[in-house]
Amino acid sequence: MTAASQGPAERVPAQRTRRDSVWVRLLRSRASVTGLVLVLVFILLALLAPVFSALTGNSPLSYNSDLLGPDTAPAGPFGGISTQHWFGVEPRTGRDLFAIVSYGAQVSLLIGLAATLVSIVVGVIVGLVAGFYGGFADRLLSRLTDVIFGFPFLIFAIALSATVPASVPRTLLLILVIGFFGWPSIARVVRSETLSLKERGFVRAAAAQGTGSARIIIREIFPNILATIIVFTTVSIPGKIGAEAALSFLGVGVNPPTPSWGRSISDAISWVQVDPMYLIFPGMALFLVTLGFNMFGDGLRDALDPAEARSESAAPIEPVSTGGQP
Amino acid sequence: MSRAKFVIYRLLGALIVLLIVAAACFAIFYLMPSNPAQYSCGKPCSPDRLAEVERYLGVDQAWWKQLFDFLRGIVVGRDFGAGAAAIHCDAPCFGYSFRLRDSVTSLILSRLPITVSLTLGAAVLWAIGGIAAGLIAALKRGTATDNVVMGAAITGISAPTYLLGLLGILLFGFTLNVLPIGGYVPLTENPAMWAFHLILPWIVLAIANAAIYARLTRGQMLEVMSQDYIRTARAKGLSEPVVIGKHGLRNLVLPLTTLFAIDIGGLLGGAVITEKVFGLGGVGTLLLEAVSNLDIQVIVGVTLFAAAIVVIANLLADLSYSILDPRIGARH
Repeated sequence: MTAASQGPAERVPAQRTRRDSVWVRLLRSRASVTGLVLVLVFILLALLAPVFSALTGNSPLSYNSDLLGPDTAPAGPFGGISTQHWFGVEPRTGRDLFAIVSYGAQVSLLIGLAATLVSIVVGVIVGLVAGFYGGFADRLLSRLTDVIFGFPFLIFAIALSATVPASVPRTLLLILVIGFFGWPSIARVVRSETLSLKERGFVRAAAAQGTGSARIIIREIFPNILATIIVFTTVSIPGKIGAEAALSFLGVGVNPPTPSWGRSISDAISWVQVDPMYLIFPGMALFLVTLGFNMFGDGLRDALDPAEARSESAAPIEPVSTGGQP
Repeated sequence: MSRAKFVIYRLLGALIVLLIVAAACFAIFYLMPSNPAQYSCGKPCSPDRLAEVERYLGVDQAWWKQLFDFLRGIVVGRDFGAGAAAIHCDAPCFGYSFRLRDSVTSLILSRLPITVSLTLGAAVLWAIGGIAAGLIAALKRGTATDNVVMGAAITGISAPTYLLGLLGILLFGFTLNVLPIGGYVPLTENPAMWAFHLILPWIVLAIANAAIYARLTRGQMLEVMSQDYIRTARAKGLSEPVVIGKHGLRNLVLPLTTLFAIDIGGLLGGAVITEKVFGLGGVGTLLLEAVSNLDIQVIVGVTLFAAAIVVIANLLADLSYSILDPRIGARH
């Protein structure tokens, strides 16, 4: 049904035609193109944050109390939107909201992508080892996977961030904590794919020739689960971005004055009636980047594996989430 | 016999997991900071008080003895300090807050009704709404209805709970002024006001989960409906509602039961975000308060409590599996 079930002899040509059709299929779906565009917009926003900052002369850290009314809400309609301040300014400080949102994109994407990398690496290794070696290793790792999967991540992350010494950089801590709790779903999928690949002819043939376990895993099994890993990576990212935002929202994420969408949204609570735009801009940024990754991930999954897309798209281990774990 | 064996197997497994989680929590939170008494003492912490807390906690003891006391406290209760001044903490003792001068267990219990009200109400909404939406989408596969439902689902999944909550407060609370923006009225005091204050939190909390359940239901349903035995059932001349109801839905029960148990379990340990947005003082809020006061006994206690609930929820899901799925007993 996919390259995942093809022998080594057919693999190279099969992948080429498949890759071509993957792009065609992907670009034919309006939802996945929309998702891709959204993702690219936010990546550009993050990369160009310093450029925008230089162009407009607005830094996410500089206060502009002259732009605030007597109630310290932004002067002017819609949160003080002007040609100088595209998204208006922050209440109480007068900091430029566009600069906060664009530098916030850097923080969100950095933590989201790095945490995803951590969880994919751990998940793939655990899944490969459990699936390939079976027996005691499998039982132990599968049980561990179950425990971590069900663990109340948000509660634990809050507790941890309160007790870890301030000398540990917050960004690193968030990447490790979010990444560590994210691996069980990919581990389960890799394990089950490895289990079925292990029984296939080309793997058994390699084993019969006396190929070592490590070599079989790397040369025979890994290439065949790569498509799954790519899809999982894509759909895992929004959950990780959401987790950072959620922790920052709860006051245990990145420390001020580093901009963070989650913290801005949290600060916006007390201003929601007076200055709703302060909620709307960071909130929409978080929503749109999450939506973008989810739509693109869905499309990628369908394109890479249309036959399986139906059932897989909503497996219980589906990592698609806001990370705004309620 | 095999089912009894399965139940015992699972019970033992859950106990071991709980023990490991408790030990891990103890190791991470009590052995890592330079002085756990400093954290337990709260702020402000005078030197006298610090010395007192140190004496009560027994931090001068060897780590394995501290761990043993900690675990024993959960099972049979424990005393902090000794003699007449000792503070007794009944089993299950999840710790003692020297700042609030109360056991963590009773602190959690006092907040639990709010979290339970919030979680269970939302759970009813998302289960009914999500499964119904998923079924409709599956039955109308490829139509505009399907597209709308699935579009709404991916939007619901992508919208953070707190953003939805704040927008809900802005719209229904401030602009339309039809719903309260927060606060909690106990069910026993006034059931109507209880529900009235919780409507918005319920809906907000339910949306993300409903979206996930809708996707799961649709996926499972499409998978099932393409199976041979469904074709056989149709060929036998069974009516479509019977085919869907008897053969289709039955296959949904197992995966949904597990997911439902885990989701509810996860929230009962503290629906932190929703509680914060709507100013509901549940278990999650207790944790956030403890974090801002660095009240480590409460932090560890709530974490352990939340983990225990999840393990128990998993256990219940496994056990209900063995009742719902006759194949499971045979496996062991």
